[in-house]
Amino acid sequence: MADARAVTVSVDGRARTGLAEPRLLLSDFLRHELGLTGVHVACEQGGCGACIVLLDGRLALSCLTLAVQADGSRIDTVEGLGRDGGLHPIQQAFQAHHGLQCGFCTPGMLLTAQVLLQQAPDPTDDEIRDHLSGNVCRCTGYAGIVASVREAARLLREEHS
Amino acid sequence: MKPARFDYVAVASTDEALDALADEAKVLAGGQSLVPLLNMRLARPSLLVDVNRVPGLDRVELDEAVRIGALARQADVLASPAAAAVPLLAAALRHVGHPATRSRGTIGGSLAHADPAAELPAILLALDGEVVARSRTGERKIAAEAFFTGPFTTALRADELLTDVVLPRPDSRPFGFAELSRRHGDFALAGAIVLLRPARLVLFGLGGAPERAPVAERALDEGAPAAEVAEAATRDLSPVDDVHADGAYRRRIAAVLVRRAIQEARSRG
Repeated sequence: MADARAVTVSVDGRARTGLAEPRLLLSDFLRHELGLTGVHVACEQGGCGACIVLLDGRLALSCLTLAVQADGSRIDTVEGLGRDGGLHPIQQAFQAHHGLQCGFCTPGMLLTAQVLLQQAPDPTDDEIRDHLSGNVCRCTGYAGIVASVREAARLLREEHS
Repeated sequence: MKPARFDYVAVASTDEALDALADEAKVLAGGQSLVPLLNMRLARPSLLVDVNRVPGLDRVELDEAVRIGALARQADVLASPAAAAVPLLAAALRHVGHPATRSRGTIGGSLAHADPAAELPAILLALDGEVVARSRTGERKIAAEAFFTGPFTTALRADELLTDVVLPRPDSRPFGFAELSRRHGDFALAGAIVLLRPARLVLFGLGGAPERAPVAERALDEGAPAAEVAEAATRDLSPVDDVHADGAYRRRIAAVLVRRAIQEARSRG
């Protein structure tokens, strides 16, 4: 990497630095430089949503973001979702309602659902489907995922009440 | 599926961007269209000029006109007063990609990319909008009609930066928006936009660039039945065949979409 430069990010609450040449995708930086293999990579053209992370709190496809662009940013990946070694309520709901089979799409699904539930604590099924329209799952047929997000919404509302 | 090598500069002002722009350079804004092309190596620029940290390039202003900074994110525009002032813009933005692409993708980037099946170029044309392009020698305005010159091709010169998108006025005319795509948020196989009084009828996804249908617009203004207008708008189309749909199919669904868009617009008043 002749043209590599240091990129420092705050990932899941920890400051991390790695090397990136300009063409290195954020997805590959997180996986290969920082070892965060919870970030999944599938289509690498923005079509599937598996690589979604939160970049400064906003949804971002890490395969369509350069690592150098993220320098100085806060990144949240699925690896920071759990709490105190346990599952996050969204993860609990996915487990209980068959929101995954192979799990390849799951990191993107969880983070996309998290953002939806911040914006809309009690979404309709249509809103859930609309919000997840950029996340492809080839196992579940989506019914389990929609049920999981509905249940996650309920768990989070209970927690806040 | 990894980009070829390129140089990268993150600029802090439009002047810095203009100094960096050159023939083999590409402007990087939201990256939602450019980075897939880089990943597939369909684009191999020697330099990327990243404008994401240019302050103010994402502002949205509303007075007699609606001015949207080129770097304004699609999701932010959807939540802005501009979307409330131009309901057609809001309706169309909901069809642009998905939440994760809209959160990064920009208005200016989508226009400069000029995908013939994209919604925003068609919207700019339907609303008589224009873009502002800056270079080191000055600034010029380019009307939508002159801006989109072919598939993925615009009137923007290599030394120019698209800085603003201007819609001439808040616009609450009755509108209809209809498109067909395999999956909500994907690029359209075909799409139609209708505005009433005065009429605008724009088709997209059917040729190299979005196009108005002037004969059909006159028929709309005269109150002609939707089926008649749809026939006039699509009679002379010869859409291309591609892997997504053949041309004959596209022409047939275009007529259906025009009818639906007219019915939707007329139901709004």
